[in-house]
Amino acid sequence: MIKAILIFNNHGKPRLSKFYEHYTEDTEQQIIRETFHLVSKRDENVCNFLEGGMLIGGSDYKLIYRHYATLYFVFCVDSSESELGILDLIQVFVETLDKCFENVCELDLIFHVDKVHNILAEMVMGGMVLETNMNEIITQVDAQNKMEKAEAGIAGAPARAVSAVKNMNLPEMPRNINIGDISIKVPNLPSFK
Amino acid sequence: MALKIVKGSIDRMFDKNLQDLVRGIRNHKEDEAKYISTCIDEIKQELKQDNIAVKANAVCKLTYLQMLGYDVSWAAFNIVEVMSSSKFTYKRIGYLAASQCFHESTDVIMLTTNQIRKDLSSPNQYDTGVALTGLSCFVTPDLARDLANDIMTLMSHTKPYIRKKAVLIMYKVFLKYPESLRPAFPRLKEKLEDPDPGVQSAAVNVICELARRNPKNYLSLAPLFFKLMTSSTNNWVLIKIIKLFGALTPLEPRLGKKLIEPLTNLIHSTSAMSLLYECVNTVIAVLISLSSGMPNHSASIQLCVQKLRILIEDSDQNLKYLGLLAMSKILKTHPKSVQSHKDLILQCLDDKDESIRLRALDLLYGMVSKKNLMEIVKKLMLHVDKAEGTTYRDELLTKIIDICSQSNYQYITNFEWYISILVELTRLEGTRHGHLIASQMLDVAIRVKAIRVFAVAQMATLLDNAHLLTGNMQRNGICEVLYAAAWICGEFSEHLENPMQTLEAMLRPKVATLPGHIQAVYVQNAAKLFATVLKSQEGNTDSTAAQETSQLMIDRLPLFVQSANLEVQERASCILQLVKYIQKLQQKDVEVAEEVTALFAGELNPVAPKAQKKVPVPEGLDLDAWINEPPSESESEDEQPKAIFAKEEPKHSRPRHTEVDEKELARRREARKQEQANNPFYIKASPSSQKVYQEAPGVEHIPVVQIDLSVPLKVPGLPMSDQYVKLEEERRQKARADKKKKEKKKRKEKHSGRGKKHDSGPESEEDIAPAHQVDIVTEEMPENALPSDDDDKDPNDPHKALDIDLDNLVETAGRRPLADSEKLPVRSHRAAEALKSPAEDGETENAASQEPKKKSSKEKREKKKDKDRERKSKEEKKKKKKHKHEEKEEDLLGGQADESVVQSDETSMVAEPPTSTSAEVSDLDFWLSNAPVPSNTQEAVTVAAAAEAAPEPEAPSGAAPDSEPDEPKDTEMEETKSSKHKKKKQKKEKEEKEKKKKKKHHHHHHHSDGGGEESVQNGTVEEEEPLPPMSNYCLLAENSYIKMMMEDIEQVYDIQGNLQDGSQVVVSVIFENKCDSFLKSMEFNVLDSLNSKLQRPEGSGPHDGLTVPFQLPPGVSNEARFVFTVQSIVMSQKLKGTLTFIVKNEDSSTHEKLDFKLHFTCTSYLITTPCYSDAFAKLLESGDLKGSSVRLEGVNMPFHHLLARICFHHHFSVVERIDSCASMYSRSIQGHHVCLLVKTSGQTVCIDAKCDEPTLLGNVLDEIKQTFSQC
Repeated sequence: MIKAILIFNNHGKPRLSKFYEHYTEDTEQQIIRETFHLVSKRDENVCNFLEGGMLIGGSDYKLIYRHYATLYFVFCVDSSESELGILDLIQVFVETLDKCFENVCELDLIFHVDKVHNILAEMVMGGMVLETNMNEIITQVDAQNKMEKAEAGIAGAPARAVSAVKNMNLPEMPRNINIGDISIKVPNLPSFK
Repeated sequence: MALKIVKGSIDRMFDKNLQDLVRGIRNHKEDEAKYISTCIDEIKQELKQDNIAVKANAVCKLTYLQMLGYDVSWAAFNIVEVMSSSKFTYKRIGYLAASQCFHESTDVIMLTTNQIRKDLSSPNQYDTGVALTGLSCFVTPDLARDLANDIMTLMSHTKPYIRKKAVLIMYKVFLKYPESLRPAFPRLKEKLEDPDPGVQSAAVNVICELARRNPKNYLSLAPLFFKLMTSSTNNWVLIKIIKLFGALTPLEPRLGKKLIEPLTNLIHSTSAMSLLYECVNTVIAVLISLSSGMPNHSASIQLCVQKLRILIEDSDQNLKYLGLLAMSKILKTHPKSVQSHKDLILQCLDDKDESIRLRALDLLYGMVSKKNLMEIVKKLMLHVDKAEGTTYRDELLTKIIDICSQSNYQYITNFEWYISILVELTRLEGTRHGHLIASQMLDVAIRVKAIRVFAVAQMATLLDNAHLLTGNMQRNGICEVLYAAAWICGEFSEHLENPMQTLEAMLRPKVATLPGHIQAVYVQNAAKLFATVLKSQEGNTDSTAAQETSQLMIDRLPLFVQSANLEVQERASCILQLVKYIQKLQQKDVEVAEEVTALFAGELNPVAPKAQKKVPVPEGLDLDAWINEPPSESESEDEQPKAIFAKEEPKHSRPRHTEVDEKELARRREARKQEQANNPFYIKASPSSQKVYQEAPGVEHIPVVQIDLSVPLKVPGLPMSDQYVKLEEERRQKARADKKKKEKKKRKEKHSGRGKKHDSGPESEEDIAPAHQVDIVTEEMPENALPSDDDDKDPNDPHKALDIDLDNLVETAGRRPLADSEKLPVRSHRAAEALKSPAEDGETENAASQEPKKKSSKEKREKKKDKDRERKSKEEKKKKKKHKHEEKEEDLLGGQADESVVQSDETSMVAEPPTSTSAEVSDLDFWLSNAPVPSNTQEAVTVAAAAEAAPEPEAPSGAAPDSEPDEPKDTEMEETKSSKHKKKKQKKEKEEKEKKKKKKHHHHHHHSDGGGEESVQNGTVEEEEPLPPMSNYCLLAENSYIKMMMEDIEQVYDIQGNLQDGSQVVVSVIFENKCDSFLKSMEFNVLDSLNSKLQRPEGSGPHDGLTVPFQLPPGVSNEARFVFTVQSIVMSQKLKGTLTFIVKNEDSSTHEKLDFKLHFTCTSYLITTPCYSDAFAKLLESGDLKGSSVRLEGVNMPFHHLLARICFHHHFSVVERIDSCASMYSRSIQGHHVCLLVKTSGQTVCIDAKCDEPTLLGNVLDEIKQTFSQC
């Protein structure tokens, strides 16, 4: 079982948090902070597994993470999951994001956290791995997006226009926020299969 | 209307959407909280509007704010509103919000039940999908109960997308509503063989999760998973299954044996590291479950260790980590194999990665010996000094203590060194493990008498410098050691150099700042010290000193009397009054020391922590029984809570358990020893064992190092353990020298005696004699109490509720079929459809029970099974005709019918002991006992014999592993499977096994024999001469590269509802590489006929070949399965096929091909189906069957061989046998009954046969004839 999935950036700002067990909002924040603290102090070329972290802890649990450019992807899993399998799942997740957002970068996750959630929902459900095949995930996500578009129809047009106007300012944004638009480079890792 | 919508959205477009919110937050870095609170106000306004789009937008923003840590539970109702929108866009937003912030105590959740149900049955698959995803995050017990049935229906949805989600969410439903597990399980099991790999993977996932917590209930699925493991190519599924097997093998060692070979093959063949790693892990689990005394598994261990070494040496840190992790599992059972890699592990201890160091630490535990303990601990102490971060340091600390205290301090040769290590560890700042150090100090001081002088001196110093430990509040954890120090100083005060000084240290005002329980120990031990001091002072004739001591006590104790801690207060005031009285006596010049010392005289005997629980209940005492009859009105309440699922074991029977087997006992003993080692309150029981320096020969020659105690070790902060390393070395050298001297002496003395050859080479383990002996005392336990560690289960574990016996579900009419009450609640009303008349069942039942013969319980059960099977097949036929939505009702009815059968059965079963081995058990046993054992046939035979003789340990306890719903097929499958993976070159061995199998097979079928006096008994089979070997292999084709062998058609099953009357047949083909080259890219293709078609994956053409999912290294054989669809089964047929493959040498690769013919005989469509004699008689009477007969001349073999042959080759089972006449039965995959009456006289065998399909019968008889003409 997967207990939690967290994405945060190099400064510990949460970009996505998905807990498959209930915690209060305060505890969740504490977990994110603590996890960030644990993960961020590790070198680049050490292993991707971490034990401990008091909040999410318990001897059966492990943190498995990957660091891509500005983002950390952290999964907290118990012993029923294969460690290398989860590492591969993270890779599939990131590659899927890359396909869905076309060269995904941190900004995509910042502004479209709902979409990221929807993609994740096609991969992991209630803490269990649902689908690992990237093409299948993308097919389902696309089909749902298509439905959304169809529903918006004419009524959605003005809203889309406005949001397009709003987004015209977007190019300035990277300057304002100082992270740059470093796209998450998806390295070609040895495949799982 | 349209205008309104457009207007609404125009209003909306100037609302803030999620992107605006995010942007806004980023632009208000300085006053983020303030900005967000204004946003929340806006959101509240938006939520008040009627427009659902506005609401959805607001909820979407709330979801984001929730991630930032804002509580949004106040909007729960609005979230429900958005969830119930008819538009997918909004619905999805609503469900996402709900999944992020709903939980069990969210009260609006109960409003969602109907909405979710509506969404689940929505025609749009994505509505359903979104609802399932959401529900998986916030399902509550109520929701689970109400929706379980709807979700179960979805498990058979036409869309795989919905099916896989429904299957997966069932796990969550089970957790919240355990009652749903039994009714849902058959369908879940079905999904293991779903055509969609996603659904299959989901089902594997769920069952693995379930089985991980309660593995014993899922043992019976092992054959099914085994099949999946050998056929699946999906690594995710494989990993899950292999992990599952890892959990199952400890329960069933025979399973392990069966697994080793396929796993080893996978290890060799797979390229995926993750799969390799899991295989190694499971092989380790198997090796652990097989007791280590199995020599022929050393190869497997070597393979594992060798693979792991490769992982550890890899530059990829992840692999290194996992390698170490797996290595630590081997360590437990095969420490020797790991020890040879000590260099590697010590190297990892210096790795820069903390995770890896931690893993290496784990391994260190098994690396120590008497020789290197000090060295290793010294290294660890250096790490302790360097370590940053408390987690790692705490880990180091516990490891040091673990390593030193393991197996009763086995490796410690010098306890003074150990005490100083412990004292050094007290310098650790902020550790949480103060109590651990304390308990070690106590344990050592109590159990090693010789060390007490030294320990007391050290503890006194600790007490003196207590301020160093307590100075910082952060160091609070460490002050626990003062507890130990105070107790040791008090209890062994006679060893104190300067008791007065220690007494003063213990009564310092600062002590009052310590935690209560420590103060209490201080007060009590101050009194002990006081007694010692008095004793020494009274001898001095100077009475003033003694009086001064009393005065000191009277002055200081009031501080403790005022303590807020009750314990401290009580002890202090008690002792204060006592001292006051003593003072009075002292003033009258009365000698009191004797009496005061007497207060604390004698040693406290240790009691094991579990001793109280182990006191056996005296016979005749029932603590649960009423002493007086309870008032009558409460009776009705008491009856209310009845265990519905699990038969509650009688609780008071526990202490009398007798079936604990040897292994279990050994394990527990081990565990207890471990426990003893960590038990501080552990003093020896009998005076005889109090001798610390045992007068063992040789020991007295060992000089004990004298520590110069005149140099007080004042400051505990100084490192001093190092000196012992040197001292120890000297001591050992001296000991060695001494020994040599002694030996020389001996030799001189005993010139003519048999000169014992002492190894004067490098020091061996045994040569290092400890400086002190540890007392190894048995734990004090009540007499007759059995050690059992079954009380470690967490009662709050949600998985405990899922410990449900899943065997004997509807299909097999076991002892606990689904009862009405176990059905999932269904909302709709059910029409009471015609029941499958229970009267019919009752009839046969009655007829059976009227038979006067005494029958074994086995037979009865077998019979019952048969009937049920019949009924089931009828039901199934019926089911096919019905529409899908009616299936559920069908199920329910089936359940009811079963219930009634069982009830009628119960009358006849009451007399049976509940622990009798059921036929079902033997099924799994049978599969397991056929485990291929690579090189040791003898062993296999013994295993089989053991399986026959001794029923599985769990069998008598009533948790009988079940029978599969399609049990006879399984038997068949198992039987043939057992011969799988066998290599031709081991032919002899195979024959032997074949024989054994045959025997078992025979045995199995005789269960179904009628109760006639002359029928074959199990015993008689053994008396008759052994059966000749039989094989169901046939060679398909062979060339210089490869050999193909086909097994008897292995498994056949109906596809429910998909094909009108088509059936699927699975053919196993074994490929053996005969050349020295690598064979790859094998493609298997068959020319389809009208009647039989090879099943190809979707999207491939009718002439495409199937890729064989493996490659063959030289000399290796492997098995692949191919599924064929067969229309008519009445005729045998041949299919032409081709195998193409690439032969790869070092320098070249060539394409090769091999033609073959697959022969599907009619008998291969028959399933061995046991049949009870009266059912058989009824079948013959019915007149539906058409007869035919055949005569075989010149058959020269004993009758039972003949029968065995028919059973084996043609899948019949013996119904009844009387003298030289037997009736046999079998059933085809399409439900045709085939009955035989076999008679023999001399060399002529006459077979009369009846079947409802004459063509089939004719062909079967021809095939039988052919079988016998060949021999």
